[in-house]
Amino acid sequence: MKTKVLMAILAAVIVGLIAVPWIASYFYIFIFTEILILGLFAASFNLIFGYTGMLSFGHAAFFGIGSYATALVLIHLEWPFLACLLVSMGVSAILALVIGFLSVRLNEVYFAMLTLAFGMMVFAIAYQWRSVTNGSDGLAGFTLGSFGLGLDLTLGNPSVYYHVVLGIVAVASVVLYLICRSSFGMILKAIRQNPERVSFAGLNVRTYRLVAFVIAGSFAGLAGGLIAPFLRVASPELMHWSMSAEPILMAILGGTGYFLGPFIGSAVFVLLETWITSFTESWMLVLGIILALMVIFFRKGLLGTAIDWWMEVKK
Amino acid sequence: MSGIGAALLNSLDIGLLLFIIAVGLNIVFGVLNIINFAHGALYMLGAYLAFSLINIAGMPFWAALILAPIGVAIIAVIIDRLLLRFIYSRDVADSLLLTFAILLIINESVRMIWGSGIQVVQPPDLLSGSVQLLGSSVATYSLFVIVMGLLLLGGLWYLFNRTRVGRIMRAAALDRDMAEALCINTRLVVTGVFAFGAWLAAVGGVMAAPMRALDPGMGDKIIIESFIVVVIGGLGSFPGALIGAVILGLIHGFGGRYLPEVNLLLPFVGMALVLLFKPNGIMGKGATA
Repeated sequence: MKTKVLMAILAAVIVGLIAVPWIASYFYIFIFTEILILGLFAASFNLIFGYTGMLSFGHAAFFGIGSYATALVLIHLEWPFLACLLVSMGVSAILALVIGFLSVRLNEVYFAMLTLAFGMMVFAIAYQWRSVTNGSDGLAGFTLGSFGLGLDLTLGNPSVYYHVVLGIVAVASVVLYLICRSSFGMILKAIRQNPERVSFAGLNVRTYRLVAFVIAGSFAGLAGGLIAPFLRVASPELMHWSMSAEPILMAILGGTGYFLGPFIGSAVFVLLETWITSFTESWMLVLGIILALMVIFFRKGLLGTAIDWWMEVKK
Repeated sequence: MSGIGAALLNSLDIGLLLFIIAVGLNIVFGVLNIINFAHGALYMLGAYLAFSLINIAGMPFWAALILAPIGVAIIAVIIDRLLLRFIYSRDVADSLLLTFAILLIINESVRMIWGSGIQVVQPPDLLSGSVQLLGSSVATYSLFVIVMGLLLLGGLWYLFNRTRVGRIMRAAALDRDMAEALCINTRLVVTGVFAFGAWLAAVGGVMAAPMRALDPGMGDKIIIESFIVVVIGGLGSFPGALIGAVILGLIHGFGGRYLPEVNLLLPFVGMALVLLFKPNGIMGKGATA
């Protein structure tokens, strides 16, 4: 009964998402594109936070470098979009391997500090290395050519771009979901609950953490590759720690214990941001207050709290 | 020779300032077992409060040096009683998240109150000149920072090793339950230590104000520097904070002079090297997972 209801809701949401460009205004096509991209970014973060129990404050480094990779490939090589995205994933994975190698072997507190520090290092490089990154102005002026795979898509059209994003985010989410459901995902969950015990069972906790970190980094890079053509710019702000705060808040807002939590968090976050920035510039202040309240009072997030309530009602 | 002397003095004033700030981070971690992400924001708050006291209220620098850190310590007590008390018994992740949220709130509040532009605080007349030392001219204010840093270093050492309050703090850091069993009011200790850490951050902020321009990003820079200091020195270690701060000071002092192109990256390279060979930091222990 429960799974049938959930399946029906999920199917309705998918149909609704596909139909967005026909039923919603231009403005909401942009909003939904952003929700999907940031949702993927938050879901990749939740693989290491919600599943593995590693709280990273530098996840934006991978998101940002993914956006720069796509922008640079589009400017200098003019490759098809799909190839750009693969480059983004690859570059982010390599960066995640380096940062992860230095960070995952220490405890939670160190991990948090190191990811923040190395994330800001990447930000500083993007800010300073003007000849490649164009400094604080960021990279702009790139245009999307073909998509790849012989598909004839006009990516410059927001509705088409929305469907492309929807398709890629859907595929990426299914892959992430399968990773979470696999025996590898089970081990990650076990590491979150009791790393010593996993270690005693003969598994190398450090390697599992590093692999999870690299996977999460590459999916964040994919999301970054999708955001660059959407924003039409790849700028250092995408790597700043205030950008790392966004997937953290989205995951907590939606619920870190559920695969779909970060996506729900992303939807609430983007709608809230659009609404609040319409009358105040202090979005970060509101963000901080919401994060503090969520952490103190609703640690399970909206989805977790809703599911708890549903269970209570059914009893 | 004079170049090296100037770089050395420069390293020392940066290093001692970093020590004051990083040691506050370390003390809070030792007793509360949390890393305060808002530590840099409290440092910034100290600098901005001093700016208002000096440039708007017209007070002398010395009054601001006393009053601004007290103000920040009071704010820290409010933060502790209003927010942090909910998460002391919870998972480490929650405390990281909450102090991160506080960082966002303070950063944006500073932007709202004082604006995003750059503000300048003048050093007091007594310290605004320069003196001849080691064959080169050195800003008097730099010497003042060095002297203050050394005084605070000695004062902190005395506090922790020779006074009852210091021993209580160390007891609470070692074993909070045991301290409680020995009739120590640990709740008071926790709030007091958090406020003391904030006070140290704010003292650093006021001292930094005449040397650096004030902008709402100054706290972000210093928190990352402090993290690098405690990672290099070893989290929770008092001598570690000193060693880490001096190393980072030297990196800045000499790197800024001799390798300006890669100056920004050097602290991270230093941190990565320490992590590769001594993952727990030079003086730290027991952090590998």
